[in-house]
Amino acid sequence: MLGLNRKDLTLMMIVAAMTLLAPIILNPFPSDSAMAQFNAGYPDLMQRFVIFGIFAIGFNILFGLTGYLSFGHAAFLGVGSYSAVWMFKLLSMNVIPAIVLAVIISGLFALVIGYISLRRSGIYFSILTLAFAQMSFNLAYSVLTPITNGETGLQLALDDPRVLDGGSSGGSLPVTQLFGLEMRATTQLEIGAWSFDFNVGYYLCAAIMLAVFYLAIRIFRSPFGIMLRAVKSNQQRMNYTGLNSRPYTLAAFVISGMYAGLAGGLMASMDPLAGAERMQWTASGEVVLMTILGGAGTLIGPVLGAGFIKYFENIFSKINDNVLHSWFAVMPDGIEDFLVTIVHPFVGKGWHLTLGLMFMAVVIFLPGGLVEGGQRIGRFVTGRRNKKAGGAEAEAARKQPAE
Amino acid sequence: MTKSNFTRRGVMKTGAVAGAGLALPTYLRAQESFTNNPTGDTVTLGFNVPQTGPYADEGADELRAFELAVEHLNGEGDGGMLQTFSSNALEGNGIMGKRVEFVTGDTQTKSDAARASARSMIEKDGAIMISGGSSSGVAVAVQGLCQEAGVIFMAGLTHSNDTTGKDKKANGFRHFFNAYMSAAAMAPVLEQLYGSDRNAYHLTADYTWGWTQQESIQAATEALGWTTVNNVLTPLAETDFSAYIAPVLNSGADVLVLNHYGGNMVNSLTNAVQFGLKEAQANGKQFEIVVPLYSELMARGAGQAIAGIPGSQNWDWKIENELGDRYKGTNAFVQSFGEKYGFPPSQAAHTCYAQTLLYADAVARGGSFNPCSVAEALEGYEFDGLGNGPTLYRAADHQCFKDVVVVRGKENPENEFDLVEIVEVTPAEQVTYEPDHPMFAGGALGECNPGA
Repeated sequence: MLGLNRKDLTLMMIVAAMTLLAPIILNPFPSDSAMAQFNAGYPDLMQRFVIFGIFAIGFNILFGLTGYLSFGHAAFLGVGSYSAVWMFKLLSMNVIPAIVLAVIISGLFALVIGYISLRRSGIYFSILTLAFAQMSFNLAYSVLTPITNGETGLQLALDDPRVLDGGSSGGSLPVTQLFGLEMRATTQLEIGAWSFDFNVGYYLCAAIMLAVFYLAIRIFRSPFGIMLRAVKSNQQRMNYTGLNSRPYTLAAFVISGMYAGLAGGLMASMDPLAGAERMQWTASGEVVLMTILGGAGTLIGPVLGAGFIKYFENIFSKINDNVLHSWFAVMPDGIEDFLVTIVHPFVGKGWHLTLGLMFMAVVIFLPGGLVEGGQRIGRFVTGRRNKKAGGAEAEAARKQPAE
Repeated sequence: MTKSNFTRRGVMKTGAVAGAGLALPTYLRAQESFTNNPTGDTVTLGFNVPQTGPYADEGADELRAFELAVEHLNGEGDGGMLQTFSSNALEGNGIMGKRVEFVTGDTQTKSDAARASARSMIEKDGAIMISGGSSSGVAVAVQGLCQEAGVIFMAGLTHSNDTTGKDKKANGFRHFFNAYMSAAAMAPVLEQLYGSDRNAYHLTADYTWGWTQQESIQAATEALGWTTVNNVLTPLAETDFSAYIAPVLNSGADVLVLNHYGGNMVNSLTNAVQFGLKEAQANGKQFEIVVPLYSELMARGAGQAIAGIPGSQNWDWKIENELGDRYKGTNAFVQSFGEKYGFPPSQAAHTCYAQTLLYADAVARGGSFNPCSVAEALEGYEFDGLGNGPTLYRAADHQCFKDVVVVRGKENPENEFDLVEIVEVTPAEQVTYEPDHPMFAGGALGECNPGA
């Protein structure tokens, strides 16, 4: 079905079910309980999960398939955001033109940067992309302030033209919408002690993510995808056989840039602001982390990695000392303070530390990322333990042609 | 915590889940419809401060002040400025009988991260008011978000003209002073200290605050007869300013104006002193350094380098002791802050504490958590007893007007907290401007947005 083999179809179905039911899956704790701290099913974070999922899927098309490690992918995300916000300012609050323009502009941007950067490979390619991204960041941050509004970030204003909407109505800022359906509209469903948020913006992002995930599967399984894998395994040999590999790598670079632009456009559609920090090298590094953490070269890995990192950033960073004290309140005073002191460096502003430790653990013990962890558990459960278990082996099994 | 208003609105808008059976009771329960209407016996405030980045010190102090304010609102501790506050609407039983709870978040001094953090407070934790922020870029971004989401934003430390100028919003309120006021207060002092024939070289933090600060100081000093030699923009994330300081001495300037704040200012001032600018001579005059926006925290960070350098402050913890009863409230606040944390509060802490009290008071006076009721209660509100003397929350732009303190780094500080001396206090009338002043023009408050 859909031109997928059974294995991929199952994967697609699982991803679809997970994204559609995310508001329920991510809110496993009753909303009044102490554990509600760990609930992630609120619109903003769910949107982030899928948007960064899209970003990482796109990055994986380049890094996972061709092995070209781009350290500047955040630039495309930023360009997409800026294009989208400008569309909201000039044309209409409808998200469709914004997203379309975001994808087109970031694609063109990727074409230019890719054309130059892909003249080199390996570390030189990484450095070139990093340099381009930092250049874009600095331009957006200061020189291009009239276009980007510098450090404050590009925002909507009451006196924006918005040609199609006929300017602002009344004294309040308009909200992003899809043919009248507001992105921020949320329906809350309360079942007993639990409450679940169903947000329009999230479901739009989720639908788009499923579409681009499907596209990614098709690219992975296509002859074009095989070519990209060939680039990863031995580009020199490929060139000696008379094949010009550059058009393939450039196409992969542009596609992955467009994915990033799409993510940027969606981000701006959910919250109409574009800040220059989105283009900083730390943001580029983040997507590399997401992909590696989840499992580079696998289909589902980057999405898992994105979710993992965003969860830490948004949930762990909000655990402050007050919350800790309420957790350990049952303990005697001395022990309570002691435990709080022990846990303190790992939560709140220390969430980077926790994430770093987790990342090290994954890279050392699960080189194939979270996907490998899942596979190991899967094999353990089914009892088919394989001595040669490992990311590469599992990968080989997946590389069957689409027939 | 129920977000009934969201429910009703969502149901009506999308018509997706549930029918009239779910919608009707929710509708009846929510007599007033606005975002995060607190229906339980608690109310949640969101404190969004920088815990990392160049303004982390200020953020930490703001958080301390917020915790103290919440304690006092809930009737714990000694009550602090509640005793001196001119309004008696607050009774120490929370806000309108609801116990105050709070959530915190890290803005990372980045607009994006700050908005994400504020959104999660509003959507996940049901915060009814967001406060904090130690950077004008962040404040402007979060203020915009609060306007869209329909909650009140009580700005913390933000000094840019734009916050209540071209980026002002109906749901946003600022107690802190701004760049224009700094410049207006500093100009006479600068003339008196350094004369009217000076050449100024500006180093400016490259974002909304730096720009408006530089613009204000340049306008005020040029009115004295100074000339502006150059203005160099520096990135906010910069930590080493040697490359920017090196050209200053040979530029023909004899005054260096550092439009920097927080960690930026500590580093740039330290670099400037290392380069010997304080001892240098230029154009036959002693070379001088000016830091228009000052704070005790920065003075502590910069150490010896701060001696003799003038600047302006929103408030200083010694002001009641030195200038008397007009600034009552100061000592009450310093005492309860000092007892809890062991050192005097910074101006960032003071403004955040005052903002929290002002918000709670406005809710109590208006009798509702509805942002529109709060806004109405704050607009044109005159109050006293929060440490700044008589203060007006102007309705036209939601900016507070009060006296501005001009200070100087002490030559021989007695202890590590007493680093600045008060040179002069400029009365509010001298720093007041028209709402349509060119430096503030171009924006509109719009209408207050209660959300759902």
